[in-house]
Amino acid sequence: MSTSTPPRLPDGAHLPELAERVWSAVADGDEYSATEIVLHALDRGIDPESVLLDVIAAVQGRVGEEWAANRITVAQEHAATSINERAVVALALHPAARTAPSRGRITVACVDGEWHALPARLVAEVLKLRGWQVDYLGAQVPAPHLIAHLHTTKADAVALSSSIATRLPTAHAAITACQAVGVPVLVGGAAFGPDGQYARLLGAQAWAPDARGAADRLAEGPLPRPRADHQQMDDLPHLADQEYTMVARNSAGLVRAVFGALADEFPAMRAYDDMQRERTAEDLAHIVEFLATALYLDDEALFSWFITWTARILTARGVPAQSLPPALNLLARELRDFPRAVRILQRGVDALTTDHSTANGTPA
Amino acid sequence: MVVADPTGVVVQRNDAAQALLPAARPGARLADAVPRWLSAAHRSIRLPGPRAANEAADESGVPLSGVIAERRFEAHPSVRDDGTVAWWLVDDTDRQLAREALHMERERTAFLAKASSILLSSLNLGRCMDVTAQMAAENLADAALAIAPVRGRRLPVVTCLRGGAPSASQEAVDPDEVPGLGEALRGFPPVPSRWIDPSTAPEWMIPEGFGPIGAIVITPLPGHGVPAGALVLLRKEGSGAFTEQEEIFARLFAARSGAAMSAARLHAEQTEITEVLMRELLPPALHQISGVDFAGSYRPSADHERVGGDFYDVHPATVEGEPSLVTLGDVCGKGLEAAVLTGKIRNTLHALLPLADDHQRMLSLLNTALLSSHHTRFATLVLASAVREGNEVLVRLTSAGHPTPVIIRANGTVEAADTHGTLVGALPDVRSSTATVTLAPGESCVLYTDGITEARGGPLGDSQFGEERLKRALAGCVGMPAEGIVEHVQMLASQWLAGRRHDDMAVVAISAPRTHHLSAVNGHTRGRYTA
Repeated sequence: MSTSTPPRLPDGAHLPELAERVWSAVADGDEYSATEIVLHALDRGIDPESVLLDVIAAVQGRVGEEWAANRITVAQEHAATSINERAVVALALHPAARTAPSRGRITVACVDGEWHALPARLVAEVLKLRGWQVDYLGAQVPAPHLIAHLHTTKADAVALSSSIATRLPTAHAAITACQAVGVPVLVGGAAFGPDGQYARLLGAQAWAPDARGAADRLAEGPLPRPRADHQQMDDLPHLADQEYTMVARNSAGLVRAVFGALADEFPAMRAYDDMQRERTAEDLAHIVEFLATALYLDDEALFSWFITWTARILTARGVPAQSLPPALNLLARELRDFPRAVRILQRGVDALTTDHSTANGTPA
Repeated sequence: MVVADPTGVVVQRNDAAQALLPAARPGARLADAVPRWLSAAHRSIRLPGPRAANEAADESGVPLSGVIAERRFEAHPSVRDDGTVAWWLVDDTDRQLAREALHMERERTAFLAKASSILLSSLNLGRCMDVTAQMAAENLADAALAIAPVRGRRLPVVTCLRGGAPSASQEAVDPDEVPGLGEALRGFPPVPSRWIDPSTAPEWMIPEGFGPIGAIVITPLPGHGVPAGALVLLRKEGSGAFTEQEEIFARLFAARSGAAMSAARLHAEQTEITEVLMRELLPPALHQISGVDFAGSYRPSADHERVGGDFYDVHPATVEGEPSLVTLGDVCGKGLEAAVLTGKIRNTLHALLPLADDHQRMLSLLNTALLSSHHTRFATLVLASAVREGNEVLVRLTSAGHPTPVIIRANGTVEAADTHGTLVGALPDVRSSTATVTLAPGESCVLYTDGITEARGGPLGDSQFGEERLKRALAGCVGMPAEGIVEHVQMLASQWLAGRRHDDMAVVAISAPRTHHLSAVNGHTRGRYTA
């Protein structure tokens, strides 16, 4: 208002430097500075989409890296994320981000149990900037809410986000439910694999690697109409063996059994305090959750990837990872009647023994 | 039966053949006396012998057939030893007709089944109209319009050309100007499909680039008590009018899409009613008020619900500089009924706002109100009056039988507020004690309901989340913005549950903002009430 609109700076100008400044504000827990830097960038005429994706998303990526490297805690990660979210909200309210809807209507949501809302939020804001009417439903949207929303609004498509692979069975149920009411689904987020292989496996109409990709895909033209008679089982015939169902339903029992047996094999565990015992049980619960997901997708490699990643995380946190192979073996003993599960666990043990020599970077 | 020799001359025929093929007298050339398909068949099979005759018939796997005197005949040759061929002609007309009818019936049944399953799956009026227009255009006509009853002054129309995509529009027209349309849209009394003269069709009814129209029929969509709309089918000039069969079929389709569209309308109306009634019951979106950060998060016990027996509100002070009042509570029970009671409590508390500085008095009055109502439920709650003093936030907290609020200090310690009291709505008197705490910049006070601490689960599936675990988690939340804290608590509780059943869960955080940029505005002055 005080000055005439400044000319838009070319994309890419100062963006890494801006990201660096926002990062230090975020790392410092200083939401005001973070928001101020973002708003100032918009005042200077930097393209809002670039600020969203090349500054805020870049900072968020760094938050994840810092967490994986144990340089910040989960709570700090959360704090950084909520500061980033506030920056996005502030950006969305800035006059430079105001765009009149000129295209169709898109529903953006996170899968139930998915708490990482920022990627979906970024997609929502980018789509708004590109002229879509967007209904942003936020983090962890239960399928009944999503479907009720689709019944009341006439969305052209749903953009569904999930970052954690263990949410994929839930994501699949949500994808199929959306398709059943006639709405095509575009999925994105780390859960669907680096090249989106799980998006294809789970029958999504489209996959996008990031917010820009999602916006570009939707701009290309309408997504294909879902088939009318499609059912969840059609994508994954291997579910007929019920191994996923049994493991998922009985996961707490499995964790208890392995936890008890592990204490016998690992005398050191008896000296653990309550916190350490709880951590160990949590790790086991994660392993079972990933095993169930690998069974659901029939993907041994997913589990091997997870178990080697866990070993590295444990090592980074100074926790000895040598209890992992015995834990997997104990789990395999519990599940001896489930051939797919046993095979997946065996591959996991193999991956752990070879990983020491071939460790190359942290998988994202 | 007609017998012909290898040169194509008729040798013999029976009476039936005489009646059917009068020209095929013995001695006549087959080519002159029978239709070409038969004489050609004769030429192609007469040599070299019996085997070839069988092969001729077998080549395509189906018997030779063709039309004689407007009826369809199958022709079965048998080659005799002398080289002559006896053609046995079997009238196949009726079987053929039956086969065609069966095929068409199957196609139509498949189409209706498909239409039903697509229409059944959606409760969205717009989508049902899209499907109706598109399926009709693909299967019944060259173009189709699905028209819903007038809303406001506009007529919602979805148009679809065969092979095209449905497009929606709102037409500012009077449906009564089109013969038959007004009646069809009224839904009562029932009217039959109606033909209209293409030349009288209004412009909006003709899709762009459609060309000259051959026929238009308007079919009402039966809605079972609610007007559902009308289906308009258009055919191009030259593509034939609608047969009676086709019209019947169109009505069968219309019955299905009418049922779907009226269900969608009812659903939309119900949703609207629910929306309006629910609005007051939904947890409010919280934000910063007068220099104090507020954030809240709510998770009802059931996934499909949006409200439950927990509630929270933040009431800004009417006078700047006075404290805002935060209320967070839990009504015994869950689900919609509990939510209705939370609405009453919230209204009562709202009415008591002028007394907001006297928590004890507010609670007593609320208690009396609850005791005298016909609800037998009781509630626990926390009242918190929060006001910014300099760069600190002063909070007065009173718990009425509710889990004790927790303070997160900047040094990472977590302390419980020293407030106790009895629940409301059960006993004639309520007693409570109020705690006063001061939040330095970056410090927060967290109010929560027992749905959080009583969440049962964990990696072994059998323990409560508990206060200790909550305090440990909050100790890691030092310096987090208010939204971050409530999100973090909800996330931990939800992960602890891992999909198990749970009670309603509500969390509210009151935070003193970290005041970098406010230092210019009296930020470093210590508050009056700070010790």
